[in-house]
Amino acid sequence: MAPELILNVTIAGVLGGLVYGLMALGLSVIFGVVRVVNFAHGEMMTIAMYAAVVLFAALKLDPFLVMLPVGAAFFVFGYIMQAGFINPFITRPEHSQFMLLVAVAIIMVNALLVVFGPDARNVQVDYQLESFEIGKLLLDKARLYAAIAALVAAAALFAFFKFTLMGKAIRACADNYMGAKVVGLDVKHLYALTFGLGAVCVAIAGCAMVLLVEVTPALGPAYTLLAFVIVIVGGLGSMPGALLGGVLIGVSEALAGLFIAPSAKSMFSFGLLILVLLLRPQGLLGKKA
Amino acid sequence: MNRAHIGLALLAALLLALPAFAGSYALSVATLILYFAYTGQAWNVMMGFAGQLSLGHSLYVGVGAYAAGAIFFHYGIGPWAGLWVAILLCVALGMVIGFLAFRFGISGVYFALLTIAFAEFTRIGFDHFDWVGGPGGLFLRVAQRDTWDIAAFRGPPLMYYYTMLVLTGGAFALCSFLLKSRAGYYWQAIRENEEAAQALGINSFRWKMYAVALSSAMTAVSGVFFAFYYNNLFPEQIFHISRSIEIILGPIIGGVGTLFGPILGAAVLTLLSDGITDLLAALGWEFPGIKQVFYGVVLLLVVMFLPHGIWPPLARRLGLSA
Repeated sequence: MAPELILNVTIAGVLGGLVYGLMALGLSVIFGVVRVVNFAHGEMMTIAMYAAVVLFAALKLDPFLVMLPVGAAFFVFGYIMQAGFINPFITRPEHSQFMLLVAVAIIMVNALLVVFGPDARNVQVDYQLESFEIGKLLLDKARLYAAIAALVAAAALFAFFKFTLMGKAIRACADNYMGAKVVGLDVKHLYALTFGLGAVCVAIAGCAMVLLVEVTPALGPAYTLLAFVIVIVGGLGSMPGALLGGVLIGVSEALAGLFIAPSAKSMFSFGLLILVLLLRPQGLLGKKA
Repeated sequence: MNRAHIGLALLAALLLALPAFAGSYALSVATLILYFAYTGQAWNVMMGFAGQLSLGHSLYVGVGAYAAGAIFFHYGIGPWAGLWVAILLCVALGMVIGFLAFRFGISGVYFALLTIAFAEFTRIGFDHFDWVGGPGGLFLRVAQRDTWDIAAFRGPPLMYYYTMLVLTGGAFALCSFLLKSRAGYYWQAIRENEEAAQALGINSFRWKMYAVALSSAMTAVSGVFFAFYYNNLFPEQIFHISRSIEIILGPIIGGVGTLFGPILGAAVLTLLSDGITDLLAALGWEFPGIKQVFYGVVLLLVVMFLPHGIWPPLARRLGLSA
């Protein structure tokens, strides 16, 4: 097999993996702060993808243009979901939280199925089939732009947590729930804000993803599992870990698709997950619990 | 005899007599309810009793079904021998997962995700496992369905109904015995506070392994039943995470950790799903997905307003202890 082909596939895996990473970043941030595993994460991702598809079909808006409005809508949606539904569950046992989010996920997937039917939808923009050529390397334009958007969004989120007072307050809630309450932080509001930010990651990742794959309602559960794999591999709650995990999974899927069979690609992701859970359960970049 | 015993005896009598007045459709629904009740009870041993959240129980159903199904398909070895192969394989698998997880101190969400990973890994593996038909599925020969052939586990729907009834009753009896035995108290102690349990001298690793072994063995039996009841197996269907969710919805809706919760939950969910189908058919709303939307809304309401499931509050209302 030609080395250029392997290199090109690897690069495509890295670029797609960054979009996966942004999606998983949302899950990781939510778990890191609220301590709830969002079992409806992939379903939220498919809703964002459909939003981009609908806006493109109706108004001819490029998915990159709708990232911010879809993101804003998802922020509100995420805020309400946490404040209204999930918040009463944060002190309940894990299986109870799981049930709640599974119910939400079932509603989301099937509402999409009712509205859009089972057929795959996509967007077609003129730069989708173009690529940059650097010597023998081919950089797919849509993939490159999607990866850049994911990186910018992730960087903005890092900056928010690092440099703003609100970000610091959220980190305080994650570090010490009781302590945050004692010093007078409005934990409920901050949790809802965090969930909203996680939803924004999903929205932007979803808008970028429609340029790379077709969307069907059935993608939701698959993306939920993918997001789990990525954050566990990278370290649940670790922000750089989510991006690293996304890239690793993106590359391993791309190479498995090339060398073995496209249908076997997620077997490698799950295999990697099992290995990481057994050898380094806190994830590659996670802190020891 | 207290009220609970009388209630149970009445329920058992009703279920034994059910085929006399139920039609073939009602009987198949009842068989399905019992199947979920039994499998839910098996899951409940691990989660409800010992506190280990498994979201990958379809793994044991699938491996059990494929083990017994494949040796029947290839070598003509019947389900009674296949049952032991299935149980041994599933227990071995459960022990490997349990050993790896508990040795490395993996618990809670991480354990749950590990169980999903193993189930999904196996699902994709079976898709590429040609000896059992790969994604095209494994089909067992369907024999004539009018005589009871217990040795080959072939017979009319009635036979499958009674098999499931015996299994569900047996699992109920076993669990109610276990819950009042040393094992049950150890498991509940581990569930409530593992560190405290260990401080009291309970070898939590060993007892969690026992729970996994028992739960996976019981679930393997469900798998063997599944193989010989439906006669066709597809990795995509049997190992899928939605199957695992289906298994655990019953006990969660009914009441985790209670003896009667899995049975009640299975009945409520199966009848609910049937009822929604009928209702939507009557309204003429028959497009894909609409049924599951309603189902999801009901689940959401139950989990929001009945945090411990349906059975504990109902049992209090009936003057029984859960």
